[in-house]
Amino acid sequence: MSDHLTISDLNLEFRTRHGTVRALEDVSLTVRRGEIVGVVGESGSGKSVMAYSVMGLSDAAADIKRGSIVLGGMDLLTTRGEAMRAIRGREMAMIFQSPRTALNPIRKVGRQIEDVLLEHAAIPRRDLKKAAIAALERVRIPDPERRYNAYPFELSGGMCQRIMIAIALACSPSLLIADEPTTGLDVTTQAVIMDLIRDKSRDSRMSTLLITHDLGLAGEYCDRIAVMHAGHVVEIAPTDVLLAHPAHPYTRQLLAATPTPDSTIDTLSSIGGQLPDLRRELPPCRFSERCVRKMPQCDLPPLPWTELSSDHLVRCRVPL
Amino acid sequence: MNFVWKRLLATLPSLAGVVVLTFLLSHALPGDPAAYFAGPAADANSIAEIREKLGLDRPLVEQFFYYVADLLRGNLGKSLTTGQPVLTDLVDRLPASLELSAYALVFAIGCAIPMGVLAAIRLDRPADHACRVIVTVCAAFPTFFIGLLLVYVFYFLLGWAPEPLGRLNEILYTAPPRVTGAYTIDALIAGDGEVFRAALAQLVLPAISLGLFALAPLARITRAAMLESLSSDFVRTAHASGLPTSKVLFTYAFRNSLLPISSVLGMVFSFLLGSNVLIEQVFGWQGVGAYAVSAVLASDYAAVQGFVLMMALLYILLNLLVDVLATLIDPRVRFEG
Amino acid sequence: MTFANLTRNAGHAFGENPLTLVAVGILLLLLTCALLGPSLAPYDPLMTDATAKLVPPSMAHPFGTDALGRDILSRVIVATRLDLGMAFSAVILSFVVGLALGSAAGYLGGWTDRIVGRLMDTIMAFPLFVLAMGIVAALGNNVANIIIATMIINLPFYCRFARAEVNMRRDLGYAEAARMGGNRTLTVLAVHIIPNILPPMMVQASLNMGWAILNAAGLSFIGLGVRPPTPEWGIMVSEGASFIVSGEWWAFVFPGAALVLAVFCFNLLGDGLRDLLDPRKRV
Repeated sequence: MSDHLTISDLNLEFRTRHGTVRALEDVSLTVRRGEIVGVVGESGSGKSVMAYSVMGLSDAAADIKRGSIVLGGMDLLTTRGEAMRAIRGREMAMIFQSPRTALNPIRKVGRQIEDVLLEHAAIPRRDLKKAAIAALERVRIPDPERRYNAYPFELSGGMCQRIMIAIALACSPSLLIADEPTTGLDVTTQAVIMDLIRDKSRDSRMSTLLITHDLGLAGEYCDRIAVMHAGHVVEIAPTDVLLAHPAHPYTRQLLAATPTPDSTIDTLSSIGGQLPDLRRELPPCRFSERCVRKMPQCDLPPLPWTELSSDHLVRCRVPL
Repeated sequence: MNFVWKRLLATLPSLAGVVVLTFLLSHALPGDPAAYFAGPAADANSIAEIREKLGLDRPLVEQFFYYVADLLRGNLGKSLTTGQPVLTDLVDRLPASLELSAYALVFAIGCAIPMGVLAAIRLDRPADHACRVIVTVCAAFPTFFIGLLLVYVFYFLLGWAPEPLGRLNEILYTAPPRVTGAYTIDALIAGDGEVFRAALAQLVLPAISLGLFALAPLARITRAAMLESLSSDFVRTAHASGLPTSKVLFTYAFRNSLLPISSVLGMVFSFLLGSNVLIEQVFGWQGVGAYAVSAVLASDYAAVQGFVLMMALLYILLNLLVDVLATLIDPRVRFEG
Repeated sequence: MTFANLTRNAGHAFGENPLTLVAVGILLLLLTCALLGPSLAPYDPLMTDATAKLVPPSMAHPFGTDALGRDILSRVIVATRLDLGMAFSAVILSFVVGLALGSAAGYLGGWTDRIVGRLMDTIMAFPLFVLAMGIVAALGNNVANIIIATMIINLPFYCRFARAEVNMRRDLGYAEAARMGGNRTLTVLAVHIIPNILPPMMVQASLNMGWAILNAAGLSFIGLGVRPPTPEWGIMVSEGASFIVSGEWWAFVFPGAALVLAVFCFNLLGDGLRDLLDPRKRV
């Protein structure tokens, strides 16, 4: 499989009133065609910031200092304005958490799908409605003709997320970024939504970046998983390898803190310490202050990538 | 439609409150209402006569029922100054006031909404600061003072505006035959372009003076509502879908700002109907406001009371209209009722 | 809110918005005029001079003279006390009455709440300036009634605010605890609840001052309340208005400018005070 999305050495800072937040430091990640890659980490680890910079939707205060983001041979960081807008929605699309507020509350959901189709797909106006209903059908919404006329407040959260997916997939993008798509949905709906995302990416060889704090969810649906901590990608490996042989101490702690069918509340552990304050000068390994295995050499720059196997990389001087 | 009925029912308590309060204002106050109604020139005998005629010697509750019965028959009493039934006077002059207020509203909305939108899009940049300055200044200027300043500059100094004396220069033009009572509309109906232009020219300064004061709350809420929608999740979705900026701004952000904007319209109407009185005074406008002022000064109580009642009814009606319009903007209102 | 917080916010409010400082300056000027008015005025505000009618601004009369030859500067200065006094009394009255009615409604609930609520809704059902006109016409055309009318039309804002705040706080832990401790209703309200809602109500009051000034001046502009020859800004503007068509602009511009300055000052102070108490509420 070839690399479809390549993020390399991405460095991003936020200028705030209280100092500069180094939100992403040397972040590298690839997603191959048709692959589902999970990005897992606590809130504040920078996974959403990374996703937004891929979409070119970063906050105005964000400043990308270094690095590149390449999608299908196209450098997204040098693409600007109208050209970037033409890529968004057609080549890459994004779905968000809290689908209810992510939809325009006063516009019929069918019209919201049409808005995207009208912009990116060469569909004559009179066929728009048919195309929108077909898009609803593709995300397995029952009775799509009737749902076309519904407003978001008339639909359940799960149904709204399906509409979001229908909007995102309307123009068959080659990359889908799903930012916590099932947070806040109940468990059965979660599975339905995730199955839908997986089936769609399999069917159309769409690359998918799944942003989640839930390692269990990522383990179930992703081909590979990248673990992020405090603006660093600390480990990246195929899912089964990562789950069976975590090499970074943080990954192991994250795994131990993830509920599984066999675990009980007593066997679950929590991760000690907090994310470091990204505004201050930090040691090369940003996990070292929380790490039980910290060695003196951990404080020596630079922090290298260790290649455990061809597909398993870890950013730790003393991997497990 | 169900919603409209519900909303209509909900105005009944306000309506009742308004009727009771205007009744109390005229009947249950210190001082002698009969003396008010009789006018300043009346002697003790005629006051007593009027007291009996108006039923003021009967219990308050009974008087209230007579009052309501009179209202239902459209009887607001007789004006002392004009000698006409108050209702006739008011109906005669209302179109002039409504026409003025309508132009002022159009002016205020036409300026405030683009200003607020621009300020929100260019947050913390020169356009936003300029908008804030304009809003602060407009909020501090009394309507009547703005009116006089405009007259001084545009009539006296520049000579661009016609003499600020009423709705039409009656020496040069004759008023169009009355259909709606609004000169600009009636002139158009009569196909008289010259009178239309003349009437419009008379309207410009008073409408702007009146509109400027309503501009501040409208621009302020537009800016706030736009900022709120622009930072919302659905605008982010629209951007993520690569929709054109104009579509994101108008179909997504702006249309969602309309509901908060419509919620301050009530206050704006209150301003307009109140300040109308002052502006009519400044521009010699023959509307209900000017009528009420001369009635107050002449202690022509029936006329004042009729005016207050009519303004309150108009205000309730306008608010009702805004609420019904809001359901067209936001489907959620229809369902939540 | 701690004292350190307050001073930091004060720093922000003044630092970020130097206009607040300007407003404090204007306020001091206005207060000086209001308190010392008659002794500051270069002339007797009522003294007419048939030889100096409508004299344009000059060294002797910086603001010119009016149709009766009275010095406009003196009249503007002396009027400050009456204009600010009317607005201030009205605001204080609506503050106190609104707080009392609103607290009773919010704390007692039930019928008290319903009656007070209905009363406020009824006031709000009128265009407020029109209602003020009606009240002055009914109560009688004098200054006290201007104040009462302005008080009544401002009442709903205070009353609703106090009601909402008291209602929200009455079931909070500390009020509950005070009640359990055997305190009487009035004590709970006065000692434990009302002090907490005073600061936001003060902001409301200072934002309201500007509006009260406009309102009172508007009423006198149309000839209600204040009688000539008493110096008052609204009535002076109205008197000066007749001379616009002949170009004697100073007769209406200076009293009008004084009005604008006062309203502007209180609006800015209100904004500044709001930032001081709650920087998040800035719009």
